[in-house]
Amino acid sequence: MTDKITDIHAYLGEFDDIPGTRVYTAKRARQGYHLNQFAMSLMKAENRERWKADERAYLDEWPMTEDQKLAVLARDYNRLLDLGGNIYFLAKVFSTDGLSFLQAVSTMTGMSVEDYQAMMIAGGRSPEGVRSIKEHR
Amino acid sequence: MARITHGIACSHIPALGVASDFDKWEDPYWKPIQEGFAPTQAWEAENLPDVVILVYNDHASAFDMKIIPTFAIGCGESYKPADEGWGPRAVPDVEGHPDLAWHIAQSLILDEFDMTIINEMDVDHGLTVPLSMMFGKPAKWPVKVIPLAVNVVTYPPPSGNRCWALGEAIARAVESFDEDLNVQVWGTGGMSHQLQGPRAGLINREWDQMFLDKLSGDTQELRCIPHIEYLRETGSEGIEMVMWLIMRGALGKETRELRRFYHVPASNTAVGHIVLEPVNGDVPPSTTVEGNNAEAQNLID
Repeated sequence: MTDKITDIHAYLGEFDDIPGTRVYTAKRARQGYHLNQFAMSLMKAENRERWKADERAYLDEWPMTEDQKLAVLARDYNRLLDLGGNIYFLAKVFSTDGLSFLQAVSTMTGMSVEDYQAMMIAGGRSPEGVRSIKEHR
Repeated sequence: MARITHGIACSHIPALGVASDFDKWEDPYWKPIQEGFAPTQAWEAENLPDVVILVYNDHASAFDMKIIPTFAIGCGESYKPADEGWGPRAVPDVEGHPDLAWHIAQSLILDEFDMTIINEMDVDHGLTVPLSMMFGKPAKWPVKVIPLAVNVVTYPPPSGNRCWALGEAIARAVESFDEDLNVQVWGTGGMSHQLQGPRAGLINREWDQMFLDKLSGDTQELRCIPHIEYLRETGSEGIEMVMWLIMRGALGKETRELRRFYHVPASNTAVGHIVLEPVNGDVPPSTTVEGNNAEAQNLID
């Protein structure tokens, strides 16, 4: 087990050392506030209908950045994570599209849905080599 | 006097709810999971508690980014299944136990756990999937449920150590409730999984087994695992396992494992459950001023 970290800067700094992972920190939560709240609005059936009728017009009702809006329209989930999106909020977007978690998550890995599902059935992605960038482990 | 009889930890993967709701258990993909849970369902039916304190996390359902409580306790009469974007699950409403819940809330606050109190909310798959996995598809859930929601989405979540200590405080609260009730504490979520980014799909069978092993006996090693270890070893969403430590802390000094099941995968995730029994349910006494003040304690209903 790793040593206990007591300093907040060291605590947060370690999160950038994990390959292929965006930890949902306060910084990301601030950046993505309106993006995530937009996604949250799709919990309501009447909002889903309006969203499906005209996605761009619906997005323009939210004080999001143009980058965030374009990434939503493109369903570019890795980009959305970089722009402050959180996967449980973004799930409202892909659920509205009729995608399962497995289908949506696979799009972030560069693998086809079939290959991703086959990897999961074979036991999932090994943590070997993707624990730490610095330590190459 | 109320007593904690057992602790259960259980996955709450949404796909399990889909498998249950749409009767998919006979599919070859889901069959091993159904077979793994069936004996525990039978065990649970024979050891049915009156109340389950169900520790879970909300997944952008009842709480959005407007309000993020670290620890919240449901003190309401009942809770409806949430519409998570595809319509609410067709499962029964969840009946609360406001008397015990309010008692626990008061006791925890005097014990210096500054709980958020929730009287009305909908409950998402985090809470309803474990009920389906333990009880199947009854017309009415056979237990009352006290929801205990933990923030494990926005960093930082509470530490494992804090979760364990909260469990110990819950044990003190249950013990001081006058009504004769059997109570189970459930920790939910996990096991290893990552739902985001190019590293998605991570599973760490070895680490998960280590975690399951150390829930039994008198070791307190798990409470010292830092967040970064969950992130590196079990994937970004594996952090949900800190919630299991609330259950473990509530079972006291020493536990015994009664049942265990572990399987990969369900959707993106390692699925599992464990049933624990207290061997020595003692927890440390409250160290707080109000926790040791008879007059303050007498104010608790």
